Amino acid sequence: MTETKTSNRSRETRSGVIGRPFDRIDGPLKVRGDATYAYENTLEGTAFGYILGAAVAKGRIAEIDTAEAERAPAVLLVMTHRNAPAQPDFGPAVMPTVPEVFTRARPALNSERVRYYDEPVALVVAETFEAARAAAGLIKVRYDEEPGLYDLPGHVADAYAPKRTNAGFETDSVIGDFESAFAAAPVKVDATYRTPFEHHNPMEPHATLAAWLGNELTIHTSAQTLANFRAAVASTLRIPLERVRIISPFIGGGFGSKLIAHADTILAALAAQVLQRPVKIALTRQQMFANAGHRAEMIQQVRLSTDTDGRLTGIAHDVWSATSSFEEYCEQTAVFARSLYAAPNRLTRHRLVPLDINRGEWMRSPGEAPGMLAFECAMDELAERLGLDPIELRIRNEPAQDPERGVPFSTRNLVACMEEGARRFGWQRRNPTPGSAREGRNLIGYGMAAAIRPNYIGAATARVAIDRDGRVTARLDMTDIGTGSYTILTQIAADSLGVPISSIKVELGDSRFPRTAGSGGSWGAASAGSALHNACTALKQRILDAAQSSEASPLRGANTTEASFADGEVRLGQRSASLADLVRRIAPDGFEAEGSVAAGAATQSYKAFSQHSYGAHFAEIAVDCDTGEIRMRRMLAVMGAGRILNPKTARSQIIGGMTWGIGAALMEQTVLDPRYGHFVNHDLAEYHVPVNGDVPQMEVVFLEEHDDKANPFGAKGIGELGVCGAGAAVANAIYNATGVRVREFPITLDKLLPDLPVIAI
Amino acid sequence: MQSFTYERAASAEQAAAAVAARPDAKFISGGTNLLDLMKLEIERPAHLVDISRLPLDRIEETAAGGLRVGAQVRNSDLAADPRVRSRYPMLTQALLAGASGQIRNKASTSGNLLQRTRCPYFYDRNMPCNKREQGSGCAALQGFNRMHAVLGASQACIAVHPSDMAVAMAGLDARIETISPGGETRTIPIGDLHRLPEATPHVETVLSHGEMIVAVTLPPPPPGRQVYRKVRDRASYAFALVSVAAIVEKSGDRIRSARIAMGGVAAKPWRATEAERMLAGAAASDGAFTDAAEAALAGAVGHGDNDFKIPLAKRTMRHTLAAAAESA
Ligand SMILES: Cc1cc2nc3c(=O)[nH]c(=O)nc-3n(C[C@H](O)[C@H](O)[C@H](O)COP(=O)(O)OP(=O)(O)OC[C@H]3O[C@@H](n4cnc5c(N)ncnc54)[C@H](O)[C@@H]3O)c2cc1C
Ligand code: SF4
Repeated sequence: MTETKTSNRSRETRSGVIGRPFDRIDGPLKVRGDATYAYENTLEGTAFGYILGAAVAKGRIAEIDTAEAERAPAVLLVMTHRNAPAQPDFGPAVMPTVPEVFTRARPALNSERVRYYDEPVALVVAETFEAARAAAGLIKVRYDEEPGLYDLPGHVADAYAPKRTNAGFETDSVIGDFESAFAAAPVKVDATYRTPFEHHNPMEPHATLAAWLGNELTIHTSAQTLANFRAAVASTLRIPLERVRIISPFIGGGFGSKLIAHADTILAALAAQVLQRPVKIALTRQQMFANAGHRAEMIQQVRLSTDTDGRLTGIAHDVWSATSSFEEYCEQTAVFARSLYAAPNRLTRHRLVPLDINRGEWMRSPGEAPGMLAFECAMDELAERLGLDPIELRIRNEPAQDPERGVPFSTRNLVACMEEGARRFGWQRRNPTPGSAREGRNLIGYGMAAAIRPNYIGAATARVAIDRDGRVTARLDMTDIGTGSYTILTQIAADSLGVPISSIKVELGDSRFPRTAGSGGSWGAASAGSALHNACTALKQRILDAAQSSEASPLRGANTTEASFADGEVRLGQRSASLADLVRRIAPDGFEAEGSVAAGAATQSYKAFSQHSYGAHFAEIAVDCDTGEIRMRRMLAVMGAGRILNPKTARSQIIGGMTWGIGAALMEQTVLDPRYGHFVNHDLAEYHVPVNGDVPQMEVVFLEEHDDKANPFGAKGIGELGVCGAGAAVANAIYNATGVRVREFPITLDKLLPDLPVIAI
Repeated sequence: MQSFTYERAASAEQAAAAVAARPDAKFISGGTNLLDLMKLEIERPAHLVDISRLPLDRIEETAAGGLRVGAQVRNSDLAADPRVRSRYPMLTQALLAGASGQIRNKASTSGNLLQRTRCPYFYDRNMPCNKREQGSGCAALQGFNRMHAVLGASQACIAVHPSDMAVAMAGLDARIETISPGGETRTIPIGDLHRLPEATPHVETVLSHGEMIVAVTLPPPPPGRQVYRKVRDRASYAFALVSVAAIVEKSGDRIRSARIAMGGVAAKPWRATEAERMLAGAAASDGAFTDAAEAALAGAVGHGDNDFKIPLAKRTMRHTLAAAAESA
């Protein structure tokens, strides 16, 4: 069930297209199997590649014997570091500026060095996939193995402070004197949590079909951000950007693992160049674990102190995270804590321990996902210590302005979300004494947590054209990773131009279209949407100019600035004409216009306001008192996330996020073997994500909100908000049910069992 | 995956002979386990004999009042059979607790019995594993062994047999019928089918190369109420951490007989005979169930990550016995 309290016709909407729960425009294509994903593309003469990964995590290739593989049937090429085309060196572990992380060269098969387990050491290309895979099994590699470091907890003492975190935030923040405040406080919590390695595991694996035509390279792939892929391919292959075209119209999930190019893309491009034929490569599910990013393991210490009334006097959030020895990634895990609650003394720090593993990457809600899992549990621990309701504790610490930046909030409805949620969820039924609610042999618990997620805007441009039949085409290199970009962009264009959505065709996922920031960081809708909105505004201006001046125009000479586009008509003062008719008469070739939006961080509004989406999560769980099995019963999220463009796609994003919260709280974990440096459970049978049976009744409510500081629609990002805090609500419910506080995620039954009392039968 | 040749068997005898004729040949049934292992080159048969189309897909009444389940009966069909549901409910429960609907539609009775361990080191060719490569060592022993055995393991291998169906069948005293390349048949009690690892974990059953399972016979349902309880990390589509199949026959407040099998704890479905003996004649009480569970796990040894399985198995057995005794 979803409800939106946003009225359908809000201020500047004439046609009422925005805010309506349209079905996904790409839905029928996907249901019919007509949406072509990267690996499904076929070109005449396509050859198939299969990657062989390293059997050790650190060392060098002493010997690699490819003779047998080369002789195997249908094999066209065996590529190793000995014969791969020259590529630039990988370069430093830390790039001089943030954006270079996305665009740097990512050479593959470039060196005899092995930097992480399952790093590509060879590529076999053959006439069929089967032949390539079989031949890969014939390659013999001897390694000089070197001892590596694979153990975060054992090396916390060696941690270093990076220069910045992901997204360019300060590594540390210090306000007041936390240590003294903490020492002097009458009530405090000092709790250390552990969050594990996690993997994105989108349904669609990373896959690429690369083809050269002369010196032009076309890449069909599965990418969230086309410009990043284009830049990485160009710099790795040392060719000009203009010679690379990236096509990615449909993406079977990304969750941040498709923001940068991986080995499938680079190797397909190289092999296609060598063979002068199209080459197709996909990472296997197992290979995705080592080669397509992960969320790093972390240790988080949260210290909170209050006066006797529960007003926070100090907040400290310290994070030690694993990183890669050859390329740094520092998730901004404690950054949200700089904006969430009021307190005079504050401290947040990020420290890194380099391991001999691949680099961590952006994984849905980077920062908040692991950070709030720990922090919002600590708030629950604090509430209990104070004898306060967890919601009341949060209300008492609601800040009047951003507590560290000292600027006002653009909008902030956290308290309203919590109160509305409490009412709808029946929060008053929660028994505050843990372990005291039982139904049969189940222990029942309620938990809640707050949600916060920054609103980002990425630079974007869109082009929109109208033809003589009144058909509108919008083009931008934005992507739809299953989120609904096609649909909301269609709504935005229809709304702006006052035409039915059936007149709009949105074309995405081609680097020939104007550049956007793609899908990531929940910025897609707002960034691409704003650019498209501005493009439509420019288009309307063009049409109006011509309508007033063109000889053929029925509106010629209308001497007014009062213009509107609605219901397929253009109105100028008292006069009006059908839009299609007008265009046909005054511009047989139609009109075209572009619009852009600048990156949020650069704008005045971003500097002057603290911009976030907020929410409150509620969870009810049952714990089997005999086995310790934890099963969800229901969840509720109440969100204040600006104007909701499409309640249906928005709800899908939130419930998907809540499902991620369940996964993080209860089951997702990749185990890094400290002896071999490999992810042990690297397939979907052993790496558990929630299945249908794990996902309970979920309710999502959007509060009416319009953030006029954010963008022309008043909308904010929601793709990641659903994750933030959701897991902590689950964990807090487990504590409420059992009285057992597990601080090591995921909370699997083995961690509950030792403290779970045996109840008489 | 290495290339292989393929033939479709015309009869059970011919299939057995075809596999026996080549040391590198294997039967393929539903393929849901074997194909995965072949893709990863953990299994590398050079020849496959497809037995999935043999007419072994019937469930028939036996003269003794039991059921004879053909080796090719699909897991879904076996679970849904009305006779199985009413007379062997814990077999249905066990089957439906396993894998996913799609896999059960394809998986066969014999393939389920002979599916191989899910030990993640077994699944990674770069890791030492005595089961995959004799004498290479056991990476799980000192490694991530949360899913591993607490009973009947050895220093050579601590893997578990992952089947749910086999656990229920063990509790029901099923018998396995096979045919050998020469056409001879034999019947093996399910408890004797799988071998404990000892020093040779790569030898998993008593079947000889080319010996083929043709059916599983279920004796008439034993008196008492049947319950299969699987404990797992998520609600569905996860292998058992532990599972318990229990049948409790009561007379008044006393237990007349009990049968107990455990899954997820050993390289084979584990019959808890000592616990069964203790329960026979005992009062149906929390104390008796607790003592039985203690006895069942008396020899259990944890290896670190899987230590929790010992208390978990006890707790699960206690309440499963209680549930089976409830209205028996
Ligand atoms: C993701 C996943 C989750 C799963 N979860 C569970 C679970 O929770 N519980 C569970 O119990 N199972 C589970 N399974 C395993 C599933 O039950 C087995 O894969 C299936 O039962 C195997 O049957 P099959 O017919 O496909 O066997 P195949 O793969 O065809 O064969 C398996 C083995 O048996 C041999 N074989 C088959 N038939 C005969 C015969 N008649 N005589 C001699 N040898 C034979 C084959 O040679 C092969 O070695 C899961 C599987 C997957 C992939
Ligand atoms: S437990 Fe057995 S299967 Fe697993 S690694 Fe050890 S020997 Fe191999």
